[in-house]
Amino acid sequence: MNFDKELDARGLNCPLPILRAKKALAEVASGQVLKILSTDPGSVKDFAAFAKQTGNELLSTAEAGGEFTFFMKKK
Amino acid sequence: MDTKKMAIIATKGTLDWAYPPFILASTAAALGYETQIFFTFYGLQLVRKDLSGLKVSPLGNPGMPMKMPFGPKWFKSINWNMPNAIQSLVPGYETVATSLMKMTIANNGVATIPDLRSLCQEAEVKFIACQMTVELFGFEHSDFIDGLEYGGAATFFEFAGETDICLFI
Repeated sequence: MNFDKELDARGLNCPLPILRAKKALAEVASGQVLKILSTDPGSVKDFAAFAKQTGNELLSTAEAGGEFTFFMKKK
Repeated sequence: MDTKKMAIIATKGTLDWAYPPFILASTAAALGYETQIFFTFYGLQLVRKDLSGLKVSPLGNPGMPMKMPFGPKWFKSINWNMPNAIQSLVPGYETVATSLMKMTIANNGVATIPDLRSLCQEAEVKFIACQMTVELFGFEHSDFIDGLEYGGAATFFEFAGETDICLFI
């Protein structure tokens, strides 16, 4: 999937992946896509909840070998 | 849509209990909430310039696992809980437990309290310190970080009365 910015939140724990994502989203334009890498298993539900509450769109969530990849489109 | 609001009363002054108010406030701010924390009683420790005095105590705290943050996996999984009577006799027990906790925090990619507090401030979480407790405990305003407001119960209610979420921690 194409993306405009990547955030490496691997190794970080709650609530840092969300806080860093919020910051990274502020640096892209509306409609652009942020790719997020995380190793925090809690971040799966957290990013879904973050998207639901902020109106940013979670395009996809994937897991491979304990690493999670999210694509989020800015509102 | 109106902006959602959250207020927290932070009353605890230990390293472990410093986490919930700052984690919830920074996350709320990231979700777009207008957020305030009212620091009162021991919670005032969380807004001092110097946070090095924040400690965690296993004494009288049966919920706290005492595990080593280093060594092989089998070693890290041992729970070293001591009877309270022994803990209370060992000088520096709290200090050692605190340094071990700080290592565990770093190993797990959990933010430090100074970092979380800065993140809250960057996200414009409003900090209010209870003026009555500042005087009661003999603190000076110069003991605390810049950007604090000082007020009392009525100040808290002015904002808390309009909130969607209001927590006592």
